[in-house]
Amino acid sequence: MDVLDLSRWQFGITTVYHFLFVPLTIGLSILVAGLQTAWHRTRKPEYLRLTKFFGKLFLINFAMGVVTGIVQEFQFGMNWSDYSRFVGDVFGAPLAMEGLMAFFLESTFIGLWIFGWDRLSPRLHLATIWIAAIGTNLSAYFILAANSWMQHPVGYRINNGRAELTDIWAVLTNSTTLVTFPHVIFGAFIAAGAFVLGVSAWFLLRKRDVDMFRISARMAMVVSLVAAIGVSLSGHWQAQIMTEQQPMKMAAAEALWEDETSAGFSLFAIGDVENGRNHVNLQIPYGLSLLSTNTLDGKVEGINDIQARYEALYGPGDYRPVVGLAYWSFRLMIGFGMLSALAALVGLWLTRRGRLPASRWPYRLAIVGIGLPFLANTLGWIFTEMGRQPWTVFGLMRTAAAVSPGVDVTSVAITLVGFTLVYAVLAFIEVRLMLKFIRIGPQEEQEPDSAVPALSY
Amino acid sequence: MELTTVWFVLIAVLWTGYFVLEGFDFGVGILLPFLGRDEADRRTIVRSIGPVWDGNEVWLLVAGGATFAAFPEWYATLFSGFYLPLFLILLALIMRGVALEYRNKSDSTKGWDRAFFWGSLGPALLWGVAFTNIVRGVPLDADHEYTGTLFTLLNPVALLGGVATLLLFTQHGAVFLALRTTGDLRARAVRAARLLAPVTILVGLAFLLVVRSGAVSWAALALAVAGLAGTLVATLIGRDGWAFTASAVAIVAVTATLFTSLWPNVMPALDPANSLTVINAASSPYTLTVMTWVAAIFTPLVLIYQGWTYWIFRRRLTGAF
Repeated sequence: MDVLDLSRWQFGITTVYHFLFVPLTIGLSILVAGLQTAWHRTRKPEYLRLTKFFGKLFLINFAMGVVTGIVQEFQFGMNWSDYSRFVGDVFGAPLAMEGLMAFFLESTFIGLWIFGWDRLSPRLHLATIWIAAIGTNLSAYFILAANSWMQHPVGYRINNGRAELTDIWAVLTNSTTLVTFPHVIFGAFIAAGAFVLGVSAWFLLRKRDVDMFRISARMAMVVSLVAAIGVSLSGHWQAQIMTEQQPMKMAAAEALWEDETSAGFSLFAIGDVENGRNHVNLQIPYGLSLLSTNTLDGKVEGINDIQARYEALYGPGDYRPVVGLAYWSFRLMIGFGMLSALAALVGLWLTRRGRLPASRWPYRLAIVGIGLPFLANTLGWIFTEMGRQPWTVFGLMRTAAAVSPGVDVTSVAITLVGFTLVYAVLAFIEVRLMLKFIRIGPQEEQEPDSAVPALSY
Repeated sequence: MELTTVWFVLIAVLWTGYFVLEGFDFGVGILLPFLGRDEADRRTIVRSIGPVWDGNEVWLLVAGGATFAAFPEWYATLFSGFYLPLFLILLALIMRGVALEYRNKSDSTKGWDRAFFWGSLGPALLWGVAFTNIVRGVPLDADHEYTGTLFTLLNPVALLGGVATLLLFTQHGAVFLALRTTGDLRARAVRAARLLAPVTILVGLAFLLVVRSGAVSWAALALAVAGLAGTLVATLIGRDGWAFTASAVAIVAVTATLFTSLWPNVMPALDPANSLTVINAASSPYTLTVMTWVAAIFTPLVLIYQGWTYWIFRRRLTGAF
């Protein structure tokens, strides 16, 4: 393995790991804010108990998102210095905006929320969790604008041997960003929904606080289901934009080797990358054309044809991503996402009009089902990043040219091993802590001492 | 003023904010094993920065992001060049952040306290090492790539700088704790500040005299000395608020000394021909203009709501909560 391979592994590991915590932070921040709002409106003690209980789990998760996020910001410069030199003029802007507009908001107001229960008026305290949640979602927008620019660069020109920003508005309203943002956010809500559902099911299975966790379970399933619709629609738009902007990624996702009209959506394929064809390919007729072009006979470009076109356009080279990886990550992402949505749908049916299933299996499945959207989210990122290869900035910069030229193999190996070990240990601690607080369960809550206005002691 | 100058100043401001704010967070972590006699003490010590440490750390993220946006060459050279020290800083910040959030949720606090201590001490030292090297210059080639090794960075002057920031932040943490606590704990914090002050003044002054250059830095240096002396005097006469203010001024002035000595370079090379300056490291005028607007609107806003947070949590912690 050389510096490039190790750097790619490092980016992959640290980013996938970071993004295990991020969706839960994004979704759960809003759900906790919603629960607290419900308490604020109704004064029903269950809502306060749920707010504090899921709030604690949210914070355990939030901490991990914060500390692993610092690495994200640093490693562009550390491992990808030539990338940073080339794109900093464009790419740095949304990153700096993210810090200034979103991170400050989220971190400051989360501190106020944790420690402000008896320092702030109830209304103001409620505002702090909403502001923190907005900060979190805002940060997702900026970082996705930055990532979308790597998928589909806009608002720039090449000058002085680097990409220079010419239109910040074009970068912030990149069509890729506009479809990716809802896709990621809805994906995060499915994750948060599945998490709340799974935890609630754990209590329902043990007949602990049944009335209360019935509320949170139903709420979670509604959230998951609505988010699943959002994820499908935005995913559909994303697929269309991808077909147009990164046809190679779409073709790899479908193991479609030659240009085709009326192309089918592949369900299962065994391919032969060497010779650029499939041995086996089970398809839904017209599915791909419909998905990518909204028509039954739309033309979808194939890998071999795009490869030939790119060689003419960009010079000799292999412009194909790892087809098998793109194909399966895309399929499994959709599959796991759909399973999660199905679970929510079935769950809502089973709990309709005050019912609770007597069998233990639905609860157990809900608990195991927590993992599904996390797998889907992870596979989605692996697909979109690996599917862009060999480019780091599509059409402008290859990944091989982006790596830090001055950093030696030993240094990257040290940091790769170091981060991986520390992350593994932290994952262990995090899960244990989560389980501990789930076992303890929600506490009896006193009304917070909110009679004392913030400014009068 | 040229936009490149504006951004040089703004990045200096962001680092200053970071050192002033996370400086006392570091100090609190370093002093934890020395001032915390029992679990109640230790909980109060950690609680003193509980609501604010995360917001304080964002100053670093924004300093990094702003450098990336405004001076990409600086960001690229610095972060790839100072690779292993930054890795250590990252590990330390990760351990420290997790320790702060998980300590009160865990059955055993011992391991977390150790992580908090080392996670504070490491960066407090390493930022001094890093900035001394930035100001004094490092080997860069014509492509602005760092050509030295880890040991190039660990030269005696840089280590002096590391000790200086370590002392400065520890003292800052001591006066912060004196301001935020009561009773025995406060008395111990004051004693720590008194003990640290003379050494901090000596080492800090020696460090600044070695690294400073350019006429403007003399003014900053003088202010730093005044701040350090003020910290000592205010601590001796028991004025906690003034001691903390003076200590904050000292850190502002030390950072100002570093940045005024750096100007107009952002990363001088041993061979001046290869130096990164505010001109050759900068982004395009358009990017700088856009970012200037963003910074002009949002920096004051951040200062207002972060300031408000400190106001909300201004009451001294008594240990009874």
